[in-house]
Amino acid sequence: MCGIAGGVWSDGGSALTRTDLEAMIGQLQHRGPDGFGYYEGNGVALSHARLSVIDLATGDQPLCNEDGSVWVVFNGEIFNFIELRAELEALGHTFRTQSDTETLVHAYEEYGDLFVRRLNGQFAFALWDQRRSRLLLGRDRVGIRPLFYTRDQGRLLFASEVKALSPVLSRSLSLDRRGLAQVFTFWSTVGSRTVFDQVSSLPPGHILAIEQGREVLTRYWDWTYPEVGSCVPSFEQSAEQLRDLLIDAISLQLRSDVPVAAYLSGGLDSSGIVSLIRSFTDTPMRTFSVTFDDPEFDERAHQQAMVDYLGSEHTTVRCHRGDIGNIFARLVLHTESPILRTGPAPLLILSELVRSSGYKVVLTGEGADEVFGGYDIFKEARIRRFWARQPESEGRAALLGKLYPYLKHSPVGNRAYSQSFFGQGLQDVDNPFYAHAPRWATTRRLWNFFSKDMRAALKGWDPLSDLSAQLPAEFSNWDGLGRDQYVEVQTLMSGYLLSSQGDRVAMASSVEGRFPFLDHRVIEFANRLPANYKLRGLREKAVLRQALAGLLPDSVLRRVKQPYRSPDSESFFCDGKPLAFVDYLLSQHRIRESGYFEAGAVEKLMRKCAEGKAIGFGDNMAFVGILSTMLVDELIVRGRSLGGIESLAAMAA
Amino acid sequence: MSIRKSIKSFILRNYLFTDDDSALSDTESLVHAGIVDSTGILELIVHVEEAWGIQVLAEEMVPDNFDSVDRVVDFISRKQQILV
Repeated sequence: MCGIAGGVWSDGGSALTRTDLEAMIGQLQHRGPDGFGYYEGNGVALSHARLSVIDLATGDQPLCNEDGSVWVVFNGEIFNFIELRAELEALGHTFRTQSDTETLVHAYEEYGDLFVRRLNGQFAFALWDQRRSRLLLGRDRVGIRPLFYTRDQGRLLFASEVKALSPVLSRSLSLDRRGLAQVFTFWSTVGSRTVFDQVSSLPPGHILAIEQGREVLTRYWDWTYPEVGSCVPSFEQSAEQLRDLLIDAISLQLRSDVPVAAYLSGGLDSSGIVSLIRSFTDTPMRTFSVTFDDPEFDERAHQQAMVDYLGSEHTTVRCHRGDIGNIFARLVLHTESPILRTGPAPLLILSELVRSSGYKVVLTGEGADEVFGGYDIFKEARIRRFWARQPESEGRAALLGKLYPYLKHSPVGNRAYSQSFFGQGLQDVDNPFYAHAPRWATTRRLWNFFSKDMRAALKGWDPLSDLSAQLPAEFSNWDGLGRDQYVEVQTLMSGYLLSSQGDRVAMASSVEGRFPFLDHRVIEFANRLPANYKLRGLREKAVLRQALAGLLPDSVLRRVKQPYRSPDSESFFCDGKPLAFVDYLLSQHRIRESGYFEAGAVEKLMRKCAEGKAIGFGDNMAFVGILSTMLVDELIVRGRSLGGIESLAAMAA
Repeated sequence: MSIRKSIKSFILRNYLFTDDDSALSDTESLVHAGIVDSTGILELIVHVEEAWGIQVLAEEMVPDNFDSVDRVVDFISRKQQILV
């Protein structure tokens, strides 16, 4: 919810004027359609676009403390604001509004920088300490809300989205080749790197203090796992504690002065949330989901089973591949990054539905797979480590067939090939990236499409270096699952799922997403559990299932995980021809002009997709990745209008 | 066109999206070089069946027969001898 933008400068730096501020925050109206607010101080300018969710009447921002010496603009929610406020009032602070925002300025006064540790919520804030002429930027623990910053003309600028920086930059934006290469490996950039040169992202779990032109970046929270062999309560006890904790997290996240809805994907996680809401609160249940024409992607049967079980009021929106093609350009304008799958597109359509149905807030199940070990990649790594102990064992190798049912009908189901593919790097069990290496190797095939210039620029650099540098000292003491989970959250979750598939698509429709599974107490609790409470043999999220037993129909509890997917390259072709905007952006001329990719290779890929022959993961990732990169180039780097592209989209090729 | 040229050309175009012969050696492992991923190998097998009118049996879908240009060429040659 909300957008923020502004900047600081010391003597000699170029001041941000009111007009500058308006130009910046005007770019974020989709994040905050309920009004703009401004603060201009000595060497600082702050602006805010409001999506009113808590304290509709008096919660406007920017907001200050008792004597106006501390100001803040913030995007997000502080879910424990009621408790925090009581604590601060008892310590003598005076509140003037009913907002959660106000806790930030008083908590800073009381506790200094590390007040952030007392927050339970999702947030990106800019806090100005007038006495010290000091700006403090902060971001939540897992990266739910975005925050970017850059230096330009002697000032530090910050904003919720890169598009809000553009109007006041003296230079034009350009793509960071290493950032692009990281997206084409990890699905996301790493650390503070973004896909734009000289634009940084404040990493999750960090604060950045800017004082007298100096920047100090501090980490205040990280995922951590116990040493192997630590002592814990029983599985049943843990499941009970987890249920209580989830009820509490959900109760906090239902705090709102506007009605709250929920997404119901048909899977365990969102079903669990909706079920807990129904069982333990008075909140009337309003749910939404997306359905697909194509049965390969559709989950309506499971969604309907939950709706029937709960009696929720449910609305669906149908998504066909044509819808994805039509919305894709607008999607990338919001993601501000290349993406490798079309997954976020139906969720953009879904958020539009939620908004038009009168809801500003939705609870969703994101995070459960990362926190409780739900993904196939974790199982795959477990099997490979097991197999690595007896590499000649056919039986161990064959376990992979259990994991991927599609292998039955594929030559890879054949043991020899299966072993060949999944056996790569098998013995390399001390590799910190053991689980992800096969996935990254597949994704990295996309580098084959890079132009000669791109490859030259990347020569001698390893995209892994940023990631390796970021691993905590104790990393190698953790068990395999913990290490794999850590790598997953540092790459795909924070950098792609919560961003392109989370914040950006919801905010595009002025909808605030909330994620109870990412309440930091839930995360910390789950991280303390032994791996086999999470991944019990090959049964994923075991303790979560136990916590939800009795609250869900058996069909949902026992359901085999179906990863959320949507039609990829086929969304961009009609009767064997590319959509007009695709034809334009992937033309040889346009590809050469931008210089990232090899025009001949792109042309061959286009033809393969047009002929309906691009059935594999690799080709589809390449197509979506290249097309979205060209859209970033067109709409953000070159600043051309979405209207121009969309008018092409409306035409046949 | 020889079997070798044809197969190499298919692999280059279909997986590497290039005509550049030097992009692939005849002996390198397609899997280990990251040229073919677990969902893409089917394309090669289907192509061999269609282009040479061969029936590839399930037990023949193994790296020994398909994991390099050389191996595919040998496989096709052997199957054609059987047909003759």
